[in-house]
Amino acid sequence: MPAYAIEIILNRQLADCLSMPVFITDTAGNLIFYNEPAEKVLGTRFEETGEMKVETWSTIFKQQDDEGNLLPPDSLPLVRTIKDQTPNHKTFWIVSMLGKTEKISVTAYPIIGRAGNFLGAVAIFWQVKDAS
Amino acid sequence: MKVTLRGVRGSIPTTSPHMSHYGGNTSCAIVSEEDRILVMDGGSGMQQFNLPEGTGMNRVDILLTHLHLDHIQGLGFFIPFFNPENDIHIWGPASTTNSLHARLSRYLSPPLFPVQLRELPCKLTLHEIENSSFAIGPFTIESRFVIHPGPTVGFRVSNGRSVFTYIPDHEPALGANGLLTDTKWLSGFDLAVNADLLLHDAQYSYQQYPSKKGWGHSSMDDAAKFASLAGVKHLLLAHHDPAHTDAQLDELFADLKKRKNYSFNYELAAEGMQINLP
Repeated sequence: MPAYAIEIILNRQLADCLSMPVFITDTAGNLIFYNEPAEKVLGTRFEETGEMKVETWSTIFKQQDDEGNLLPPDSLPLVRTIKDQTPNHKTFWIVSMLGKTEKISVTAYPIIGRAGNFLGAVAIFWQVKDAS
Repeated sequence: MKVTLRGVRGSIPTTSPHMSHYGGNTSCAIVSEEDRILVMDGGSGMQQFNLPEGTGMNRVDILLTHLHLDHIQGLGFFIPFFNPENDIHIWGPASTTNSLHARLSRYLSPPLFPVQLRELPCKLTLHEIENSSFAIGPFTIESRFVIHPGPTVGFRVSNGRSVFTYIPDHEPALGANGLLTDTKWLSGFDLAVNADLLLHDAQYSYQQYPSKKGWGHSSMDDAAKFASLAGVKHLLLAHHDPAHTDAQLDELFADLKKRKNYSFNYELAAEGMQINLP
């Protein structure tokens, strides 16, 4: 398989150095890398799972609003970024497969390469400290 | 395909007699076949090069990996530029801001240089490249962006029988975990895979590299590991640090060979070296 574009490779190298969970997808939304902090969120290790098809990794969480209503996938930052190739940000709740509920903010941005082409997307999860 | 190395020093030309074996000229290699000549990079090694007389040859293609000074400083002294009969093509990486002409003109214009690019008497054509494929005479060439500060490409040159890969400035080990062994995540891999000959950045020793991380260059160890992962047949370690004497380079290379046991052929690149590929 050909190597990824260096813009993708450099995003991974950066993610390797960060303490925030970072997820990198290709243009179709397939998860091609997640860093060690993200492994804690997913409950799996990248070394073990490797890349994940969008159908697989999109079912690992349920997303809810403050009232506990399920959020449609199209409203999620990463999905919107892959679709629109624009940055997106949103705060919501996630429920993992293990039943753990956590309030997070997600920032997603598109990777637009030197040649101006869309290469993939990055999502960063930020834990929200509840003031209450 | 004949590959001739005219400059393998990194960063700045050196003139010390203690560096005369590996040479002091900065990046330049000549690739020739039939009646076509490619000049890889325009470091100080390109001075004194000229087209062979009496052959009718008047075309030269200069392939620039990037526009750092040690890769373009020979351009002002490139003899074929000053012959109006010559047809010269420069291929260089595109930038998101300025054109190749504008960026080259920063050097080839006063106060840095007395002659401007537009004043050169030859017929000059500039080509901006990205992740590109193109053909020049008997050669098919692929360029790919690689990890190095600023827009920088490496080249994979094929004549249909052999492959020469040229990546003189490259830091594939940049990152928290060094060189990634999953080749999908390896900058430059597509250029180097199964190459018959690879000229690759090896500016530092493995002891020096940690304090130079992010400067865009590789250690000898990482260059050899990169070549191994790519299945290269013959590796030339190049872009020698301007502070390394011949004796120091020999010592560092001997240490590398003592610690690492690779099955492919690898050696230090030296100015004047010629390699013939089928």
